[in-house]
Amino acid sequence: MQVTMTVNGESVTREVEGRMLLVHFLRDELGLTGTHWGCDTSNCGTCVTWMDGEPVKSCTVLAAMAGGREVRTVEGLEKDGVLDPVQEGFMRCHGLQCGFCTPGMMLTARALLDRNPHPTEQEIREAISGQICRCTGYTTIVRSILWAAEHPDGPTPAAAEPETAGSAS
Amino acid sequence: MTALDKSVQEAAVEHEDLEHADNDKTPLGHGRMLRKEDPRFIRGMGRYVDDLQLNGMLHLAILRSPVAHANIVSIDVSAAQAHPKVKAVITGADLAAQGLAWMPTLSNDVQAVLATDRVRFQGQEVAFVVAEDRYSARDALELIDVEYDVLPPVVDVRKALAPDAEVIRTDLEGKKDNHCFDWETGDKDATEAVFAKADVVVKQDIVYPRVHPAPMETCGCVADYERVSGQLTLWTTSQAPHAHRTVYALVSGLPEHKIRVIAPDIGGGFGNKVPIYPGYVCAIVASLVIGKPVKWMEDRTENLVSTGFARDYVMQGEIAATKEGKILAIRTHVLADHGAFNGTAAPIKYPAGFFGVFTGSYDLEAAYCSMTAVYTNKAPGGVAYACSFRITEAVYLVERIVDCLAYELEMDPVELRKKNFIQPDQFPYTTKTGWVYDSGDYERAMDVALEMAGYDDLRREQEEKRAKGELMGIGVAFFTEAVGAGPRKDMDILGLGMADGSELRVHPTGKAVLRVSCMSQGQGHETTFAQIVAEEIGIPVADIQVVNGDTDQTPFGLGTYGSRSTPVSGAAAALVARKVRDKAQIIASGMLEVSVADLEWQKGSFQVKGDPGRSVTIQDIAMRAHGAGDLPEGIEGGLEAQICYNPSNLTYPFGAYICVVDIDPGTAEVKVRRFVAVDDCGTRINPMIIEGQVHGGLTDGIGMALMEMISFDEDGNCIAGSLMDYLIPTALETPHWETGHTVTPSPHHPIGAKGVGESATVGSPPAIVNAVVDALKPYGIRHADMPLTPSRVWDAMQGHPTPPI
Repeated sequence: MQVTMTVNGESVTREVEGRMLLVHFLRDELGLTGTHWGCDTSNCGTCVTWMDGEPVKSCTVLAAMAGGREVRTVEGLEKDGVLDPVQEGFMRCHGLQCGFCTPGMMLTARALLDRNPHPTEQEIREAISGQICRCTGYTTIVRSILWAAEHPDGPTPAAAEPETAGSAS
Repeated sequence: MTALDKSVQEAAVEHEDLEHADNDKTPLGHGRMLRKEDPRFIRGMGRYVDDLQLNGMLHLAILRSPVAHANIVSIDVSAAQAHPKVKAVITGADLAAQGLAWMPTLSNDVQAVLATDRVRFQGQEVAFVVAEDRYSARDALELIDVEYDVLPPVVDVRKALAPDAEVIRTDLEGKKDNHCFDWETGDKDATEAVFAKADVVVKQDIVYPRVHPAPMETCGCVADYERVSGQLTLWTTSQAPHAHRTVYALVSGLPEHKIRVIAPDIGGGFGNKVPIYPGYVCAIVASLVIGKPVKWMEDRTENLVSTGFARDYVMQGEIAATKEGKILAIRTHVLADHGAFNGTAAPIKYPAGFFGVFTGSYDLEAAYCSMTAVYTNKAPGGVAYACSFRITEAVYLVERIVDCLAYELEMDPVELRKKNFIQPDQFPYTTKTGWVYDSGDYERAMDVALEMAGYDDLRREQEEKRAKGELMGIGVAFFTEAVGAGPRKDMDILGLGMADGSELRVHPTGKAVLRVSCMSQGQGHETTFAQIVAEEIGIPVADIQVVNGDTDQTPFGLGTYGSRSTPVSGAAAALVARKVRDKAQIIASGMLEVSVADLEWQKGSFQVKGDPGRSVTIQDIAMRAHGAGDLPEGIEGGLEAQICYNPSNLTYPFGAYICVVDIDPGTAEVKVRRFVAVDDCGTRINPMIIEGQVHGGLTDGIGMALMEMISFDEDGNCIAGSLMDYLIPTALETPHWETGHTVTPSPHHPIGAKGVGESATVGSPPAIVNAVVDALKPYGIRHADMPLTPSRVWDAMQGHPTPPI
C-alpha cells in the first residue's frame, strides 16, 4: 500500500506492506536510524517518536497509521544548526552513556517541556517512566531535562563554546 | 579541618559541580570534561549495528526450540525454502556436514551453533532462514516443521545431580551425569579448626537468582564475506572484538588476517556482549554460503531467553566470630547453575571467576569455599551483568552474612564492619584465599558515607518510626572488588593472555590518534582515554582522537569487561604516551642543543632546566620529528609508539554504600528513599564519567534486589521472556543518587587508577537487601532472598520468607 506522511517537516511517500511498523519505516525506508528498536512490547521506549505532536512508541504503530500525520524524530530536534535545549541539556549534564535510549528520552522531554515548561523532578520522572535507560540511573537524565527547562533559549552565548572535549581548542 | 571533614566537603563539592557539569578549564588531562561522543548521540547519529545497510544485504532469523529438553525427531524445511523471498534455510545437519555445528565456548566447553540431535534449553537455536527482508525471514520461520520428542527437563539446580536426573550433555563422550565442575579455594582444615573454637557461628542459605544484563540494544551483526578477496568483515555487538576474531578464525577455518571484526557504537553491554553467540556464527556461515552481506538482529525475547545470563548461585554461607564481634572465618558451599553449556566468560583458570574474594574487606584467620557447578536445561552463560567475574556474588554473600552476624550479636552493622576492616597499614594484604589487595583505606570511605547519610540521625528516625509501626530500613554494605584482569601468567581466555595493546601516533601538526584494544559500550572511552594521553603528553584532549572497536585498526587486546578498560587499556594508554614523550625528549634535546638530562617536562613542553625562556612544545617536536633536518643520532623519524601492557596485579577498588528504604506495611512495596555511595577507584580521570558509571550500577542494584529475575516454570519454560515479565527499574523506582568518593591510588598502576565500571553493581544489591531486612526486623526476619518484590516481602512479613528458586 502507498503511505504518505510528513517526517521532520518533509512529505514522504512510500510503497509499504500494510503490516510494516513505523519504526521500521523510519529506519529502513527513510534511513532515519536515530529512532531505535529495543523490545517489541512498548516497554523500553527507545523507539519513541512524535505523531502529531504526541510521543508514541513507533514499534507499536503501523506506518499506515501514520499516513497523513506529522512525524517528528530525533533528527528533527536540531533546527537550522541550533540544538534543541534538551539536546544541550543531555550533553552538558551527562544525560547519556551508550546513547541508545537517548533519542526517545529527548523527544519525550521536549513534549513534556512544551506542555509544562517548569516541571518538577517528580513530573520529569513520571514523564520518562515509560522508557528505560540501562546506563545512567536517570538522575543525570532528570538533571538534563531540568537544564533544558532552565534554558529555554539554549546556552548563553558565553557558554556556547567549547561544548565538548571534542571541539576545537 | 580533619581529613574526614575534608573528604565530606570534597564529596559535597563534587555533588554541586555535577549539577552543572561543564568542561574542565584545563583540558590537558584529568578532570571533569564533557564527552566527545555526545554530539553524535544527541543528534541520533550514533551508528549501531542495526543501522548498517549494505547493498544486497539479506536478513537472517533463527528458529528456536519451544521446549527445554527434547530429541529432534525430524525437521522439514521444504515449505520455508519454497517461500519466494527466502534465499537459504540451514539446519544443524547442514552445519554438521561442514563441521560447523558446534563451537567452543569461552570456558573450553562446546556449544551447539544449531542443535543437531537434541535441544537443551528453551530458545536454543535449531535452524535459520536467510531472506530478502526481515519480515519475510520471520515469516519463513513459521513454515519450518520440527518434530520434538520431549524429554524430562532438569530445571531445579538442587536436583541436577540426582541419580534419576536426565543427562543433558549426551554430546560429551561418556557423560553420565549433569556435573559441570568442582572448584575450591582456601584452607578447609584451618577453617574447620577456627570454626570449632568460635563463640558464635551463623549459617545462612543465600540465593543469588539468575538475572540478565538486558542492554537496550540487543545482540546482532552484519557479516560480509567477499568471495574474490576472501575477506570477511563482521560488524557486531562485541565487547571483545580481537578475542572474537581469533575464535572466528578457529571456528570457521578462515585465516585470521582475512577477518575484520568491527564493533561500532554499542547500545550497552554489561557483559551480555562478551560471549560469541550462535547467531553471529550463523550470519557468517550464511554470508560464506550466499556470498552476500547478511544481517542478524535478535529480538528482545531472544536476548532474554538465549544470551548470557548472570549469577544463579545457591550459596550456603557460614561465618564464625567471637562474641565481641571479631570475625574469624567464613566458609561457603556454592551450587552453581551453568545452564546447558558452560558459556562462562572468565579467565580460564578461574571457573568460578573471582568468587574467591568472598572474604570481603575483612581481616580473617581462615576461609574456605567449595563449589559444585552443574548443567541444567537453561540458557548458557553465567558471567555477565557487570559482575566483575562473580565478585557480585562474592560481595553479596559476605555482606549479607556479616549482617546476619550483626543480627545475632545485636550489634550495629557499621560497628561490626569497622571492627573487622583490613587496616591501611596492612596493604598490600594477602587474603586467606590468596588475593593480594593493592591498597585501601576502608574506614575512611565508611566514615565519609556515614557523614553523607547522616547515619546516626537515620537510626534515631528509624527508632521513632518503629514505635509508630512504620517500616524503615537502613542497609550498609562495604565492598572490595578485584578488577583489571589480568596478569597474563595467571589469566587467559582460550589461551589468549589478558594483556592490552595501545598505539599512539602524533601527527606532524601535533594532533594525535590513540588506538586502543578495549571497546566502549557507552563508558566514554573516546573521552577518558584522550584525557589519559593528554595528561601524560600535554596535547589538548580535543586534539586526540581515540580509535577503538576495529581489529584492523587497533592493536590486539582482550576487550572491555570485568572493569578492565582503565586498569589495563588505560595503563597501556598512559605508558604508550610516556614512551612517545621519552622520544620527544630526545628530539627536544637536539632542538635545544642540550643534553636530555638538562630538560624538564612542563606539561606540553620541554624546557631547559633553570632557563624557562628555552623550551619547545610537543607540537614543535612533532613537526621536527616528521620534518626536514637532522634528528639526534639513532633516532628514527616520526613520533609514535606501541606497547602491550601486562598488569602485574589486579586493582582493588572499594566503597561504602548506605541505603534507606521505606516499606508500605499494607502492600509490602519497597521504596528506596535514599542511596549514598562512596566509591574509591583510585585516581579519578573524569569524575563526571565515573559518577555516571556509579549511577548506572546502583540502578542495576535496584533491579536485582527488588525486581529482576530470569525465572522458569517446572517444564523449563523461561517466564521472563519480555520486558513485561523481566522488570527493569524506571525513573520512578530510582532515587536521586548521592555519591561521594575517596582517593586511594593503586600503587602498581601507572596512573593509580583502579576501574569503576562495575563497583556499584557489585556493592548496591547487599546494601538494598540489608536495608529491607533491617526494615523487617520487627518481624524477626534475618534474611530474605532477592528479588524483594512486594509479594516476596509480604511472604517474609507473614513469617515464611522463601527462596526464589
